[in-house]
Amino acid sequence: MHLVLFFIFGGLCVAGALNLLLQRHPINSALSLIVVMTSLAVLYLLLGAEFLAAAQVIVYSGAIMVLFTFVIMLLNAGREEKTHGSKAAYIVGFPGAAAILGVLAYIFLKQSGNLGSAKLGEYLVTTSDLSRVLFRDLLLPFEVTSVLILIAILGAVALARKGHE
Amino acid sequence: MVPISYYLVLSAILFSIGVGAFLIKRNIITVFMSIELMLNAVNLTFVAFAHQWRHVSGQIFVFFVMVVAAAEAAVGLAIIIAIFRTRNTLNVDQVDLMKL
Amino acid sequence: MESSIWIFLLLSVLKVAVVTVILLTAVAYTVLLERKVVGRIQNRWGPSRVGPFGLLQPLADGIKLFLKEDLMPSNVYKPLYIAAPMIALTCALISIGVVPFGKEVFVKGVDIFQISDINIGLLVILGVTSVGVYGIALSGWSSNSKYSLLGSLRSSAQLVSYELALGLSLVGVVLRAGSFRLRDIVDIQSTHGLLSWNVFGGLQFVAFFIYLTAAYAETNRAPFDLPEAESELTAGYHTEYSSMKFAMFFMAEYANMITVSCVATLLFLGGWSSPFGNLLPAWGGPVVQALLPVFWFVVKVFFFLFLYIWVRGTLPRFRYDQLMGFGWKFLLPVAILNIIATSLWLAYRV
Repeated sequence: MHLVLFFIFGGLCVAGALNLLLQRHPINSALSLIVVMTSLAVLYLLLGAEFLAAAQVIVYSGAIMVLFTFVIMLLNAGREEKTHGSKAAYIVGFPGAAAILGVLAYIFLKQSGNLGSAKLGEYLVTTSDLSRVLFRDLLLPFEVTSVLILIAILGAVALARKGHE
Repeated sequence: MVPISYYLVLSAILFSIGVGAFLIKRNIITVFMSIELMLNAVNLTFVAFAHQWRHVSGQIFVFFVMVVAAAEAAVGLAIIIAIFRTRNTLNVDQVDLMKL
Repeated sequence: MESSIWIFLLLSVLKVAVVTVILLTAVAYTVLLERKVVGRIQNRWGPSRVGPFGLLQPLADGIKLFLKEDLMPSNVYKPLYIAAPMIALTCALISIGVVPFGKEVFVKGVDIFQISDINIGLLVILGVTSVGVYGIALSGWSSNSKYSLLGSLRSSAQLVSYELALGLSLVGVVLRAGSFRLRDIVDIQSTHGLLSWNVFGGLQFVAFFIYLTAAYAETNRAPFDLPEAESELTAGYHTEYSSMKFAMFFMAEYANMITVSCVATLLFLGGWSSPFGNLLPAWGGPVVQALLPVFWFVVKVFFFLFLYIWVRGTLPRFRYDQLMGFGWKFLLPVAILNIIATSLWLAYRV
């Protein structure tokens, strides 16, 4: 059951990511990224992170990606023109990315035994477990993020405001 | 039963696709989206390791990554709008002047 | 072991089917109710020709919409144009899946009054609602028409802004119950009848007001129906849609209304609990005992639906800058103050 769900939603993730890569229209890329993010939420649920799964859908799919689609619609971004990118990307970038993938996959699969395995419903972090750590041990970082967000809001407003003249 | 390594490999695949998209894509919004994809891939690793160690810290990390990603998206998209307003293009290749 | 899984699956599918049918029927009759009540408010009859008291009107409307020609405007972006109404309707229908309609009653180990009981029920509803924005946003963009685009831009901005106030208004309720599980939230309100409901005994009337206002904006209903303001935008984001695709948007709007009413009932009016608490003696057999809570639930949901229609018939539409100002400068600060007040009250009560 767990394996089947993993392969369905893992497959959706990879398909969505590839679609992001292959589509030439930004709005299609945005939609495939939403598919990736929502399927990741399901994978989080499988790993027992229920609050994060909900937060993933609400924050990523519901807020950040809405912002992206909103900007795409606002700027009326059309199809991407085909230009050849920088040479460095082709010479170093792709082999590099492929090498990272190869090495990581090799190590993970080799260490598979040591890493153990996940069983459905065996380990569950409830919202109160999470908030206990967050509000007791990590209160200061949590408060600092609120300052970060405040600065981000101010920055976004200052940047997006029309002209200074 | 799914080995944790499967989750880690999946996240490695997503991360590499994100790197690839970051390098190929010319539209600045799509480039930005591939960064989000990479962040998500890393988040999956954190959650998988949190499950392996039976420890909440990994999930707390993801929580903070989400907060930072939200702030980053807001500022980043504002920058994109500002760029579009001054240069009238979204192609990263054409945004190569420090000053107009 | 094997057979019990099959029974579980079968009963679950049956539950989903029954709830979907009931929800869609409720949608159809909410439309009729709205036309009737708004008609009375405006001193006219409303639909009265089809069937007794116009009761068959939804059926006639359905047949009409189904048989109409499905126009495909020439310059639309096809895949998204077709997908958008489906996204809207799907998201509107999904969130009913976590709503409990009555006390837990198990038949063969399956709870018959709730499709799925999960720990993060409230968050799931919020999440699904926030994904529903895409239906509206994409429909406007893919229609390639200025009215649609303006309508959908307005509406996505409006939905994202009011989602904040909506989410924050629920924090007080969640604090009091200490859980996101909808059954826990209702259980804490069902001890003393009316007096322990969140809106009265839980001192969440401010949150209740914020929730209702934000929910009206979330469902694009009057007085916040700017995305489809007919006097300036023709019909907003669904200007270019016809036939079944239009019907999907229409059904999505009313299904969202019903979900919002269900959630308001669960969170603020004590869900299925009776307003008299334990004052009334228990009577009737087990069947009555199981169905009575459902009756109370339906009555409360009906009250909210009526309120929706009443508000629509009474209040004029907001201007767009007023709408944004109201959301950001009034509802949001008040919601935050409410959270502070509620946490202080919960921390210092004896």
